[in-house]
Amino acid sequence: MTKTREKAASRFDERLSLVAGLLQRFTWESTGNEQMKRIELGGSITIDDSAALWKRIGESISDLKDARSVEIDLSRIRMIDGACMALLVHFRSDVRARRIRCEFVGGAAEVERIVDLYGGHKKAKRKRTEREPANAVEQVGDATLAVLREIQQILDFFGQLVVSAILAVKNPKTVNFHDVGPTMERAGADAAPIVVLINFLIGLVMAYQSSAQLKQFGANIYVVDLVAVSMTRELGPLMTAIIICGRSGAAFAAELGTMQVSEEVDALRTLGFMPLRHLVMPRMLGLIVVAPFLVLLADAVGITGGMVVAATTLDITPTSFLIQLKGAVKPSDIISGLVKSVAFAGAIALISCQQGLATSGGAEGVGRRTTGAVVSILFALVVLDAIFTILLAGLGL
Amino acid sequence: MTTPLIRVRELSLGHGHTVLLENASFDVARGDIFIILGGSGCGKSTLLRHLIGLETPLSGKISISGIGAPRLEGAAPRYGVMFQSGALFSSMTVGENVGFALQEWTELPAEEVSAIVRAKLTLVGLEGAENKLPAELSGGMKKRAAIARAMAFEPSLIFLDEPSAGLDPVSAAELDELILALNAGLGLTVVMVTHELESIFKVGKNCIMLDRETRSIIATGDPNHLRTESEDPRVRQFFNREAGGA
Repeated sequence: MTKTREKAASRFDERLSLVAGLLQRFTWESTGNEQMKRIELGGSITIDDSAALWKRIGESISDLKDARSVEIDLSRIRMIDGACMALLVHFRSDVRARRIRCEFVGGAAEVERIVDLYGGHKKAKRKRTEREPANAVEQVGDATLAVLREIQQILDFFGQLVVSAILAVKNPKTVNFHDVGPTMERAGADAAPIVVLINFLIGLVMAYQSSAQLKQFGANIYVVDLVAVSMTRELGPLMTAIIICGRSGAAFAAELGTMQVSEEVDALRTLGFMPLRHLVMPRMLGLIVVAPFLVLLADAVGITGGMVVAATTLDITPTSFLIQLKGAVKPSDIISGLVKSVAFAGAIALISCQQGLATSGGAEGVGRRTTGAVVSILFALVVLDAIFTILLAGLGL
Repeated sequence: MTTPLIRVRELSLGHGHTVLLENASFDVARGDIFIILGGSGCGKSTLLRHLIGLETPLSGKISISGIGAPRLEGAAPRYGVMFQSGALFSSMTVGENVGFALQEWTELPAEEVSAIVRAKLTLVGLEGAENKLPAELSGGMKKRAAIARAMAFEPSLIFLDEPSAGLDPVSAAELDELILALNAGLGLTVVMVTHELESIFKVGKNCIMLDRETRSIIATGDPNHLRTESEDPRVRQFFNREAGGA
């Protein structure tokens, strides 16, 4: 691979030399001694000569090993265009990077204008000391700190929201209840078709996969227990939360992020409104109200998916399925799923709104925060799910 | 001597560890058109945000009508603000934008709010635009609508952030005329940030010029006077549109 590349590079150099030789319309004379070099350029140098000029530059750099200063004499240049001037300025930067003094001298007025335009007369700037790239430990440390900072900001936002909610109880007029309905419609009713489709397929796949195992033991009927308990306790709330995160969480973060960067949030504040009560609370209330209904729907269609597989591949009639279902699912299974759904909805609204309101830096910032919101929400959902599973098991639910 | 409407004393402000302005003190008189000037990055808009109350200073005091630390949220607006982009609520019509705060903070019936909205839009030359969405408006119209929204509560003070930025010369001139008319007709005090020299000389009665290097106010007074009389090369350079050295 490397040899092929080297060959290709060598062929390219040969072609470059050929083109350079054919097209060269300018002169390049190197005079002076080893330490004080003078390069005299002459003629007309345009973009057609750039290949030849670039080749000359490459050759000259290697001749400057012992030089202490280089003067590039432009007095005999009749005309030079921007492209070639940029190459010369690049050449001068390369020379200076080798700690060799290098200046353009003697250009005619016309040439001097182009030299000025390309910063040819600017003094050499002291190169900034570049920070050494961070090692792996440092990078892991930085990333950990960034995650901790993010968690701290979310908790801080949660604290502010709780205080604001308590104060809002005293003065409910300050909460924007008008937006709760539209939020419920967008996050709830509009999400119903995708919730139905995904959870039906989940129930179906789960029943299909488990039926193959249960058949071996003649325990076909327990596919009902498996699907029903998994859907109500775990998969219904979790899959629904993931769908809400993708639809509403991302939308909230992008909406509030755009409002933040277009100064709409600031405008809202100057009109006396509190962003927490006006923008965040209605979204949170809307999500918390619709999430349990979506989870009930998800449970029902997931179990239906299982029933379809049971009827078609395990010879379990819908009546048998429903009789088994009655004994398999306890009210506590459904309630624990609903409790989780409320917590998931709260987390989705909290994180997406926090990320949206923390947006800065224009369109790119909105995109970054939206992605950040979705990732943080997914992480939070898994953590919350684990916490609730342990807590509810501890409570015997 | 009359009490100034805005009094700023030893104000220091910045973002995080970056200090943009140190120990700045100035007053804005009632009925003034006061302009905050300076090169890019010197903290003009940040100063305006501090005056409005959107940000908290590192140190120092700002008082408006004798009341310090203006509280923005949870009460009807005490003054009007127009942001650089207009910052109209994109999901609302122009009329809803203008009447939004009135509906929330007053007990006025809907018809009265509508009448006020129409009056404010007429004041800024946007009669008949109440049912349009902000996306349907030109840049100049958006800024006029934002001024109408800022004027909804009949404030005696209005803050404008770069009102003529991004406008064609005709729209910019019309906006200048509007600012002068509001100042002369209603006695409105205007505090604005702008780069536009024409606007500065046309509408400005007083100004301060901020300097990024020294993080201080380097000139105070009538911009037309400073243009000719200031001996500070930085001030002359700004007013005479001279390119910076090096």
